[in-house]
Amino acid sequence: MAAPLLEVEHLRVEFPGRRGRLVALDDVSFSIAPGEILGVVGESGAGKSLTGAAIIGLLDPPGRIAGGEIRFEGARIDQLPYEDMRKLRGRRIGAIFQDPLTSLDPLYTVGQQLVETIRTHVELGAAEARRRAVRLLQETGIPAAEERLDHYPHQFSGGMRQRVVIALALAGEPRLIVADEPTTALDVSIQAQIIALLKRLCREHGAAVMLVTHDMGVIAETCDRVAVMYAGRIVEVGPVAAVIHAPAHPYTAGLMGSIPAMDEDRPRLLQIDGAMPRLNAIPSGCAFHPRCPHAFAPCTSARPELLAAGATHAACWLHAPALRAAA
Amino acid sequence: MLAARAGAAGGGVTAAALVEVEGLAKTFDVSLPWLNRVAERKQRQFVHAVDDVAFTIARGRTLALVGESGCGKSTVARLLVGLYAPTRGRVIFDGVDAATTRRPAAIRRRMQMIFQDPYASLNPRWKVKDIVAEPLREHGFAGGVPPAASARESRQRIDARVEELLASVGLAAADAEKFPHQFSGGQRQRISIARALATEPEFLVCDEPTSALDVSVQAQVLNIMKELQARSGLTYLFISHNLAVVRHVGDEVGVMYLGRIVELAGKALLFARPRHPYTRMLLDAIPDIHMSGRARTPVQGEVPNPLQPPPGCAFHPRCPHANERCRVERPALLAIDGVRVACHAVEERRI
Repeated sequence: MAAPLLEVEHLRVEFPGRRGRLVALDDVSFSIAPGEILGVVGESGAGKSLTGAAIIGLLDPPGRIAGGEIRFEGARIDQLPYEDMRKLRGRRIGAIFQDPLTSLDPLYTVGQQLVETIRTHVELGAAEARRRAVRLLQETGIPAAEERLDHYPHQFSGGMRQRVVIALALAGEPRLIVADEPTTALDVSIQAQIIALLKRLCREHGAAVMLVTHDMGVIAETCDRVAVMYAGRIVEVGPVAAVIHAPAHPYTAGLMGSIPAMDEDRPRLLQIDGAMPRLNAIPSGCAFHPRCPHAFAPCTSARPELLAAGATHAACWLHAPALRAAA
Repeated sequence: MLAARAGAAGGGVTAAALVEVEGLAKTFDVSLPWLNRVAERKQRQFVHAVDDVAFTIARGRTLALVGESGCGKSTVARLLVGLYAPTRGRVIFDGVDAATTRRPAAIRRRMQMIFQDPYASLNPRWKVKDIVAEPLREHGFAGGVPPAASARESRQRIDARVEELLASVGLAAADAEKFPHQFSGGQRQRISIARALATEPEFLVCDEPTSALDVSVQAQVLNIMKELQARSGLTYLFISHNLAVVRHVGDEVGVMYLGRIVELAGKALLFARPRHPYTRMLLDAIPDIHMSGRARTPVQGEVPNPLQPPPGCAFHPRCPHANERCRVERPALLAIDGVRVACHAVEERRI
């Protein structure tokens, strides 16, 4: 296997507050291989967007990285000075956010924004940069790209705007794209177009993707591997098919069971009672144990690491044979 | 046209219909202010948010309306509960025309609404018990039979009823003393449901009740809604953009596009054999969670601007089966093979 493009090890993100520190991410480790699409899935508050923000160096203060390492192409990037990080971001690591309207500047035409981005990262003349901008827009499937270049963001529909944002993210020919809920603000019919586009372009440009989403359907369609997050930690990580068809962590199983299915009728959905804990009240041991139907003694006291469980890895004591035998 | 009338009669008045909607339309005036119109020589502009929508919901059943943003599904919800007055058409509730009845309050207490955003639909300054009791006070529940002897007795009755309502949605009696911010999104939505149930309505209009919730919480809320329906025979109009959710809760499904219903059919039929090209497209667009390798046709184009809807069939610019007739003549909702569908291609048996 090739050397990983991105390695995240024991990442810890804290928010200092009046009543002590809130630990928003704790001991998060994963890697992304070149060209791979890794999905990060979880419910709101699980820390999936925060993980993306930490990687691209855009944590909102007072949030800060309090421990662990982020390595990109073998070099640490979590302690880079602001200017160096700014150069890396856009050039080597692209970003796509949920709301395409806030990612674009309403006062500049789409062309101005694309040309500026291209020329920030690549040494090109104005005319050449413009030609490249047209090509990028064409690649993202925007009709009449040459004309559309001189339009302002408000003249584009939601789906078209997200195409522009994808073009912007690809402008610097990045090796990695962090896409945070890129389709959540879009209608279903547009969603499918954008997912297909993102997948195709990243393959053509050889970019790896970290796709943050709450939608298991999008993950199933798009990703090679998936990491499931709960209360600031990764609870399961593995190949998409394995995680979806044979989830090893009770939370993943509950999550899958609670999604209404398109191909079978169930009178009742599987439900996980309760809600995700708040950051200031994360239970001891496994954070999921108060909601877990399989919790046993060790779950309340000791926090499980990621353990091999079939084709995936799950942070769950059910997969520690010694403990299970004892219980 | 004959087929249209046959369809309207066939799918129309049945003995157990609780809600009947006939030719419902709502037009919004989105014109610029008068001075701007005169100065800039602009015409008045109207959005036909809902146009010629008709359906019936039988007692104890669920009609799900599905469509993309801007298709008019939320406007239908608001028209039904009387938050908007219809431009044309009628809403008939249990045989009574909701617009012309002399006792509108009597109808209103029998229908309630649940909104999408549980953060915006609960007053943050009110305790849960006041929120849930508001419809009780509004509709004079405290009066009761026999009439409460004192203010104290009426208060006790309300408290007991609030407790009962909270229990029915899986909340504790102690939660009555809390404020909305102390609850998670799913719990808040359950408070909304408890409030909606306060007057023992027969009909609930649910406008995207789970869209703001996480999937595991969505499952909790959907389960509660189904249990309540099984227990007390509630009738639902359930509005959603999520086809999987619609398939889970609906008995009948109406697909809306640009203000009109393009297909109306029983759930099993609609999902097994979608007729309208737009329905097919929507079904195709759902990500395949089980990775069964189902072939998917990428959807073409986007929803047109509702200010300038295309002539003829509003879907024709995106439709692979459109011909000259589709571009000029608007299809009526016809009864074909046990479903109702507004499509020339289906009518002509081209697809």
